[in-house]
Amino acid sequence: MPAQTPVITPARPQPSDLAAASKPRRRSTASRRNRAAIWFLAPACLMTAVYVLYPIFYTIYLSFFNWDGMMKPEFIGLANYVEMLHAPTFHVALKNNLTWLLLFLLAPPAGLIAALYLNQKVRGIRLIKTLFFAPFVLSGVVVGLIFSWFYDPTFGLLTLLLGHGVPVLGDPRYVTFGIIFAALWPQTAYCMILFLTGLTSINADQVEAARMEGAKGWSMLRYVILPQLRSTTFMAFVVTIIGALRSFDLISVMSSGGPFESSTVLAYYTYDQAIKYYRQGYSAAIAVTLFAIMLIYIVYQLRRLLRDER
Amino acid sequence: MFPMPIEKWKASNRILYKLSLPVALLIWLLPILAVLVTSVRSTDELMEGNYWGWPKDFAMLDNYREALTASPMLHYFWNSCLITIPSVIGAIALASMAGYALSTYKFRGNTLLFATFVACNFVPQQILMIPVREISVSLGLFNTVSGLILFHVAMQTGFCTLFLRNFIKQLPYEMIEAARIEGAGEWTVFYRIVLPLIRPALAALAVLVFTFVWNDYFWALCLTQGDDVAPITVGVAALKGQWTTAWNLVSAGSILAAIPSVLLFFLMQKQFVVGLTFGASKG
Repeated sequence: MPAQTPVITPARPQPSDLAAASKPRRRSTASRRNRAAIWFLAPACLMTAVYVLYPIFYTIYLSFFNWDGMMKPEFIGLANYVEMLHAPTFHVALKNNLTWLLLFLLAPPAGLIAALYLNQKVRGIRLIKTLFFAPFVLSGVVVGLIFSWFYDPTFGLLTLLLGHGVPVLGDPRYVTFGIIFAALWPQTAYCMILFLTGLTSINADQVEAARMEGAKGWSMLRYVILPQLRSTTFMAFVVTIIGALRSFDLISVMSSGGPFESSTVLAYYTYDQAIKYYRQGYSAAIAVTLFAIMLIYIVYQLRRLLRDER
Repeated sequence: MFPMPIEKWKASNRILYKLSLPVALLIWLLPILAVLVTSVRSTDELMEGNYWGWPKDFAMLDNYREALTASPMLHYFWNSCLITIPSVIGAIALASMAGYALSTYKFRGNTLLFATFVACNFVPQQILMIPVREISVSLGLFNTVSGLILFHVAMQTGFCTLFLRNFIKQLPYEMIEAARIEGAGEWTVFYRIVLPLIRPALAALAVLVFTFVWNDYFWALCLTQGDDVAPITVGVAALKGQWTTAWNLVSAGSILAAIPSVLLFFLMQKQFVVGLTFGASKG
């Protein structure tokens, strides 16, 4: 606990306090506390109910309707889902989401490597660690802009390095990889900071003991360090998976899902259908699909959490 | 410590390691450096094709002046401030109350409520998009700063509650009991005893939530229209569409958009990292 934590010295009891304390309190304590709990929770619950819970259910409901956002919604059952399953763009989006997921999983190992590399005590290392982490703080819009420019086929840095222009963002074959590469940059920084923190809590005696036994390098990492980093590793994977499924900002800024909708993902497809084409019901169906995929992780996380609570 | 502490390395490896650090850093930060350098490059130089060389004459003042005055950049920046600061305060206020209640009162449904707040962190934002737009329109909050603030408060409350509830749970409960025996009301216990104790956690959260809200793009896109209340993320993205060739101006705008979160991160680094890893390890 940091030094500024105030030491609690109860104020001298006031006459009124003493009077309150001496009254019989059997009757009231439990119910008064319950009432207090309600008041403390009410604002947060209200906001969450209005802006998060209700919208989830409303979107699920809406996914069974054909609605342009203005006319009266028309119930069409599962037609939105049927159409979605037959839409080529949906398959592209799903495939891209999968690509995102797979390639994004490079971030935890890359972050671990960076953390191991920086986990030394030399002069100025604090500043270097800080600077390494800086990309994570940047907005997706800024990262997107930086990399769009990096990839520019006429004068971008990539063109300069390769000696000839490659229209990364203009070519359906490369666009998704280009965007994922950009997104890996801040994500690796995030995983790095998680692992750096995890490394500080490693049991030094165990490491020393293993070193005496002759463990070093890879075997040390594999059998001594990684088992101790298990919860950090788990977390790095969770935030990376969720991040991969959430990807929106970079796609929006770098390619707007193009060219020819080749770089779209479920999150962007949802937005595109609702905002550009006024297809609210159809967009809702895509959002529900994305939600269903993410629910796997949500349920998994919650089960872990509730197990820890017991 | 792992890897082997550098003092035990061979002298040659030690030197190699120390030399490699600035090189690795340079490569890692190359994109940011490029933007920084470009933001001080003159338009003439860009026209001539000097994109990556060292700038010959520094046009920093001109670029930033133009980015600030020829486009509504300052206006966007101000909008971002108006949106972000109340959102951070609001989310933390609601969450500290909820976190206090969840960690100190035993009532039925406590765990269920807590689980709900946790789950809210993982919900894909797109599933909220249409209803939240509808709610904003029907409440007359579409394209207003308050509309964005209310939404951000609601969205961030889940994460903040999770964080603060776990933090308050670690406080010695006897202290709260003692205060109650002294006759302190529930609000007094919360306000006078718990809040001062969780100040470090509040600072960590504030820094983190500030960057989350400041960097938001999706909701700004969904809940605003035109320039009136658009925050700087939308502004910078629009700048790119407008002046695809004026990369020096776009760079200046990007730097402007990045400054508050980067600055806050450097100033409050410790809190930032605490927030990030605490939220993560307990999430």
